[in-house]
Amino acid sequence: MSITPIIIAVAMMFGLGIVCSLLLAVASKVFFVEEDPRIAMVEEALMGANCGGCGFAGCNAAAEAVVAGKAGANVCVAGGPAIAARVGAAIGQAVDLDAEPKVAVLNCRGSYRVNERFDYQGIQDCRAAALYWDGAKECGMSCLGLGTCKSVCPFGAIEMGPDHMPVINTNLCVGCGTCVKNCPHHVLHLETLSERLLAFNRTDECVPPCRQLCPAQIDIPRYIRYIKNGMPLAAVETIKERNCMPLSIGRVCPHPCEDACRRRFVDEAVNINHLKRYAADIEMYQGPTLNIRVARNTGKRVAVIGGGPAGLSTAFFLRRLGHSPEIFEMMPKLGGMTRYGIPEYRLPKKILDWECQQVVNLGVPVHYGKKLGEDMTIQSLREDDGFEAIMLGIGCWTSSAMRCDGEDLPGVFGGITFLIGQGLNKPLPLGKKVVVIGGGNTAIDCARTSLRRGADVTLLYRRTRKEMPANMIEIVEAEREGVKFHFLAAPTKIYANKDGNAAQLEYIRMELGEPDASGRRRPVPIEGSNTIMEVDNILSAIGQRADLSFAAKEAEEYRVETTKWSTFAANEQTLQTNIPFVFTSGDVFTGPQTVVKALGTGRRAARAIHLFVTGQEVTAPPSELLKPTPEALIPHITGVAEEPRAHMPELTIAERSLNFKEVELGLKPGQADRESQRCLQCGNVCFDQSAFDELFVEA
Amino acid sequence: MSKFLLMVISAVLVKNILLAQFLGNCPFQGTSKKMDTAMGMGMAVVFVLTLAGAITWAVQTFVLEAFDLVYLQTIVFILVIATLVQFVEMFMKKAMPPLYRALGIFLPLITTNCAVLGVCLLNIQYEYNFVNSVVFSFASAAGFGLALVLFAGIRERFAISRIPKSLEGTALGLVTAGLMALAFWGFTGMVKG
Ligand SMILES: Cc1cc2nc3c(=O)[nH]c(=O)nc-3n(C[C@H](O)[C@H](O)[C@H](O)COP(=O)(O)OP(=O)(O)OC[C@H]3O[C@@H](n4cnc5c(N)ncnc54)[C@H](O)[C@@H]3O)c2cc1C
Ligand code: SF4
Ligand code: SF4
Repeated sequence: MSITPIIIAVAMMFGLGIVCSLLLAVASKVFFVEEDPRIAMVEEALMGANCGGCGFAGCNAAAEAVVAGKAGANVCVAGGPAIAARVGAAIGQAVDLDAEPKVAVLNCRGSYRVNERFDYQGIQDCRAAALYWDGAKECGMSCLGLGTCKSVCPFGAIEMGPDHMPVINTNLCVGCGTCVKNCPHHVLHLETLSERLLAFNRTDECVPPCRQLCPAQIDIPRYIRYIKNGMPLAAVETIKERNCMPLSIGRVCPHPCEDACRRRFVDEAVNINHLKRYAADIEMYQGPTLNIRVARNTGKRVAVIGGGPAGLSTAFFLRRLGHSPEIFEMMPKLGGMTRYGIPEYRLPKKILDWECQQVVNLGVPVHYGKKLGEDMTIQSLREDDGFEAIMLGIGCWTSSAMRCDGEDLPGVFGGITFLIGQGLNKPLPLGKKVVVIGGGNTAIDCARTSLRRGADVTLLYRRTRKEMPANMIEIVEAEREGVKFHFLAAPTKIYANKDGNAAQLEYIRMELGEPDASGRRRPVPIEGSNTIMEVDNILSAIGQRADLSFAAKEAEEYRVETTKWSTFAANEQTLQTNIPFVFTSGDVFTGPQTVVKALGTGRRAARAIHLFVTGQEVTAPPSELLKPTPEALIPHITGVAEEPRAHMPELTIAERSLNFKEVELGLKPGQADRESQRCLQCGNVCFDQSAFDELFVEA
Repeated sequence: MSKFLLMVISAVLVKNILLAQFLGNCPFQGTSKKMDTAMGMGMAVVFVLTLAGAITWAVQTFVLEAFDLVYLQTIVFILVIATLVQFVEMFMKKAMPPLYRALGIFLPLITTNCAVLGVCLLNIQYEYNFVNSVVFSFASAAGFGLALVLFAGIRERFAISRIPKSLEGTALGLVTAGLMALAFWGFTGMVKG
């Protein structure tokens, strides 16, 4: 056999090979497309998985996008910071390595309705189920429970939990958004922690009734669920996404949330607020103290005037967003009215100290003894100190006048002045017989405080018990402790004794007439019913106002507009005043309100200030839910077993006498567990019928 | 004319390259999960296969047969097709960027698509002339595209059906391909020869 054919074959292939490669070589010259060499470098740096998670068609397209500036160096969602650093190096761009990761979050409580997921004629995919009658669920924002998100997640970050709801593993989730795109009911969305801190209830979001009524918009069912699952610290972390003072709020909040609690239609509202206190107490007494995450420093300086709840809240959230707030406080300590108004037996100072310290510990400097209008002005803060924004949260610190003769006599104190004296540990001298005038929290606090100082206390209020603005529980406790109530009575004149001190109070009886603007019936004096009683001291607690006199002294362009109720005028949703860099929050904007409201407005101001200092337009929160949705406030529910509400133990009346020990002792662990199971884990329209049955029917 | 028509029908339906000749199964399984991808792949195959049919016919006639080297047919065709695809890719990138963006990512996959080589070899086997070769290549590729698109349509529905775990993915893909092949067998006898 000759060897020639082999030689010919080899020669032929060799020749053909040469021809082909020459052809390609020429072609690559002729058809050369000017391609940025950086594209190749970037592509090199990418993982080459071609997963499409970034939203571009493969790694090459992603590389082109990066070079074209359409995507950042962190384009590769799967690669994480290491890859981002390599990409950044390839294009010579500094990478934001600490940029906050986006993760998918679930916005559906699911509850019992998820179990109805098998009713879709055998369909096993949420997208398909949604095609038939929109998933056939009562709620258009609900999880359909068929796990499409799980099957589409390229990174295996989603598991379907025991209740057939997706559970997102935040360690695996890279925030590629595939699940978000595939969920037909838009139950999933992507967010960073900062975005979550700045979020306000939305109309297109599932918001349970309690959270709709909470002025701070705390995710109540979620923290209760954490308590139920034995994770009180996670509960505190959830609360602190909205409220930086859970210890204080857990003690003094009038809990409007409980008025909306759906469980009311079964037995009584869930003891939401004391569950909050329970979790927060665990953090303080048992630890470990939460490590609050703070975003990277932005170096934006913001002056926060007033270290009350509003100021603390603004400073807390601005700090968590990475800005540098500084608090200016005229008093020697932080806390505002929670320290100098609310007495020790309701909110012990050492608890308040600890709570304020947590905010300071995030890196918030506090300048004590600095009063706006005396030690600095808005102008000086802006021009000399160079603050980029200013938040005014100075509260309402002046007692309103009674407008009756003799109110300036020695022995007559403003209620606030009296309480501030207590708070400063410099109590004002008090006689045996004390009369408190007013029906709000301040009046009751004055009365109960005087009682503890050994006085015989009478409270005078011009309407009836029903109209008293004080928290109901406060009124009840004051009665039990022995405060005497005189309803439908108003002071007319105060007489002095021969030393010139107040000694007699003349008051007139009242009756209720027509309802006034606030809907409460207006008290009208009954002519000739004047009565005189002997007194040693009179505490006037008929209301507080803000002292805004400094505003008028500012230069023209730094003069903040005020209203006729002596509050600052500002946009309701952004709290921005007529001066673009000046914001306000708390009592000085709303008038005397509650701590939780001050905290809520404080966070709102923080959001607006964040937009302002980062150069964005200061707009209202998108699609904000401004008034409770009717479908959330359903009037009745069925199928839930009764279980009485837990009440926490408190000191007996005898134990309270003549001391300032904290009266309420907090829920016991067993009680808290039980109470947390009473929560129905409501959504906008749904609720869990069975959470409790499962646990207690057999016990 | 009717000869061409018959040839096209035969290539698309009766002797469908995928479902009757079982060539090109790997892109068939690989690129049929989504309709968009299936369409793209189908178009790319039509484009490349038509060109490849023409060029390999020329190589066969003017090189292999002329120099009596027909025994090198397979390896030479592979080389030629691979070069062609690379060439087309470069050419498209330069001259037809929109088309390149649509088909670009499929081209490298075609280099190793056995359906392309198969059709080129069939052209020679059936002793087609140049025009016949081109038409047959085009029609076969169209058949490939048709089967792929139909298959993708079926597969998209898998996503929303209940499938036993053991059959998920390629397993059910192959079963489905088999059933489709059975259906296509129904065309046998429509065209004689
Ligand atoms: C006696 C009393 C009892 C209350 N009980 C309850 C209750 O049980 N539950 C409840 O929810 N709410 C209660 N409140 C209301 C609650 O305390 C207030 O709504 C809340 O503290 C308002 O917070 P804020 O930050 O707006 O103002 P504040 O708490 O008043 O804080 C304002 C801060 O600004 C400082 N400041 C004032 N002027 C200046 C200035 N010019 N320069 C620098 N700093 C200044 C003050 O020193 C203070 O620290 C009570 C209020 C009082 C007075
Ligand atoms: S959970 Fe959603 S966002 Fe996170 S990796 Fe999976 S698909 Fe992407
Ligand atoms: S039962 Fe729970 S979730 Fe429902 S309204 Fe009450 S506290 Fe909120």
